[in-house]
Amino acid sequence: MLRSIFIYGLINSIILALTAVGFSLTYGISRVANFAYGALYVLAGFAAWVLLHRLALNYYLALFLAVVFVALVGAALYRFALIRVRGMPISEIIVTFALGTALVELLRFFGLFGSAYGLPPLRRATLQLLGVPVDFQRVALVVIGAVLILALWLFTHYTKIGLAFRAIAQDEQAAMMVGIDPDHMATLSLALGSALAAVAAVVVLPLGYIAAESGSNILVFAIAVCILGGLESPAGVIVASLLIGYAQILSVAYFGPHYQMIVALLAILVTLVFRPSGLFGKQKELEERV
Amino acid sequence: MAKRRERIDRPIRVLTEDIYALESLSRMIYVAAPSVFPVLFLLLLPLFTPSLYMQRVLILTAVYALLALSWDFIAVATGLVSLGQALFFGVGAYLAAILNLHFGLPPMVTLLVSTFAGAAIATALVAPCLPLRGVYFAMTTLVYPLLLARTIEATAVLGGTDGLVGIASFPNVWVERYLVLAFVLGATFALRRLLRTDFGLVMRSISDNDQAVRASAINITVYKLVAIYLASALGCFAGAYFTHLYMFVGLSAFSLDLSILPIACAVVGGMGTLVGPVIGAFVLVPLAEMVRDLGTLRVVFYSLLLVALVLFKPEGLMSFLERKYRQIERWVQV
Repeated sequence: MLRSIFIYGLINSIILALTAVGFSLTYGISRVANFAYGALYVLAGFAAWVLLHRLALNYYLALFLAVVFVALVGAALYRFALIRVRGMPISEIIVTFALGTALVELLRFFGLFGSAYGLPPLRRATLQLLGVPVDFQRVALVVIGAVLILALWLFTHYTKIGLAFRAIAQDEQAAMMVGIDPDHMATLSLALGSALAAVAAVVVLPLGYIAAESGSNILVFAIAVCILGGLESPAGVIVASLLIGYAQILSVAYFGPHYQMIVALLAILVTLVFRPSGLFGKQKELEERV
Repeated sequence: MAKRRERIDRPIRVLTEDIYALESLSRMIYVAAPSVFPVLFLLLLPLFTPSLYMQRVLILTAVYALLALSWDFIAVATGLVSLGQALFFGVGAYLAAILNLHFGLPPMVTLLVSTFAGAAIATALVAPCLPLRGVYFAMTTLVYPLLLARTIEATAVLGGTDGLVGIASFPNVWVERYLVLAFVLGATFALRRLLRTDFGLVMRSISDNDQAVRASAINITVYKLVAIYLASALGCFAGAYFTHLYMFVGLSAFSLDLSILPIACAVVGGMGTLVGPVIGAFVLVPLAEMVRDLGTLRVVFYSLLLVALVLFKPEGLMSFLERKYRQIERWVQV
């Protein structure tokens, strides 16, 4: 029991980190809280499903194209919509939230629910870890998640675009002075954030099936992790995922499946009330609370 | 020959600004018309909507108008964006159901109690998040209705996923029809009046610059609490009313629809005007009802409409109408 809680808690934590990292990245760089995040996640799953089952593409090619497609959608979201309301939080929230809702409801209208819509796992196999049976997809997911987070860290610290991202996040005016275009960076950050949502989708969705409803769940989980860890803080995402991940698995093991969501929601509320910058947030206190 | 469009005040508007308004009947009408005609229209509307379906649409519209008004009031008075009007609605709805089922109170009493006590409960829930701003406040309000709905689902209290049934309905249809309309009108005018008082001035300045207000030695938390209390009273009334209307309350009282559509109404009508959201509701809700056959596609429809309006026409219907009423446009040579 304990060993399986340990292993599944870890897997759950990595899933949370994967789903949250894109949201955190976009907010950290461009200050756009992308409430369409969950919808983009569902869209990625649906795109991958269409490419795989309708167009019968190669498995890896389909997943790759789905990720690229969602990244383009994210970029378009900024280029054609958010750019007009930049810097007005009310409008930004309304636009992303409404677009996300529209996307999810559109997919639901086309009948996107039920077990008919599933992505196949990388390989159908079951491994034994510490005597606990774990299927191959979950192990692969932990590896992919760890590699991805490491790659992101390297990207933001050692590449030119990554450094420009951090520059914009720290001081937009100063970054503009050295020739970094904030709109260009914001477009890229939304594209990258959406791509990360898509990666999470194509890796995590084979564990269950694609459902339009999961959009809002994913959004809540991503927000929970980002808030608890501190928006824009990469280390915070990892620690918060571990905390919420284990808390969820424990509550599911001892109380019931419904509590998974309640844990996430409570994490958001408690963090925001007592420490709105989160565990590792570097926000200025005045910006977020009076 | 370059020309440009010029806007100037209508002569009658200038003439009606002070005591000269009383000089002729047409001037008096000009002053009174914007408030008198909509009120008359609303009060007569139930008499001219014979079918039960139309009555229900009208009531639904009024309920959404209340929620939109409540959303707009929070935005005007505190500068906060709420994504969870469903919280207020749900609290009022469940409270009315409990009071009616367990304590056997008649609908009129439960309405009153759930409006005031429900607002107190909702305000107490939101109070810890009041220091938050912008995105952070929006996130907490998004979380509350979800949290309450999931808790009810998980613990199976208050009827769980089945909801509570067998709640008493209103004594007669006229009470049912006019109660909510009267409340919408009363609330709209009362809140507008409130914003014009000194108390309202402080509220409006909090939404402009809360730090400046604090620097003037004013406790902004008190003002925000009052604003949230008033706004949640409207939401709670809407919820309690709906419970008695349908004699049922369920998890749908916390649904996302109740949070988004009011925002859409406020945007259509014009944010920050208080009357705008009500007008917006009267435009948007019947429209949304007409396309109900489309199922979930109607959510797509009004979400996209909302986005388009926020992006391209953020001023809203109310400011447009106000401009047309007060000013004339003409082409002049540059």
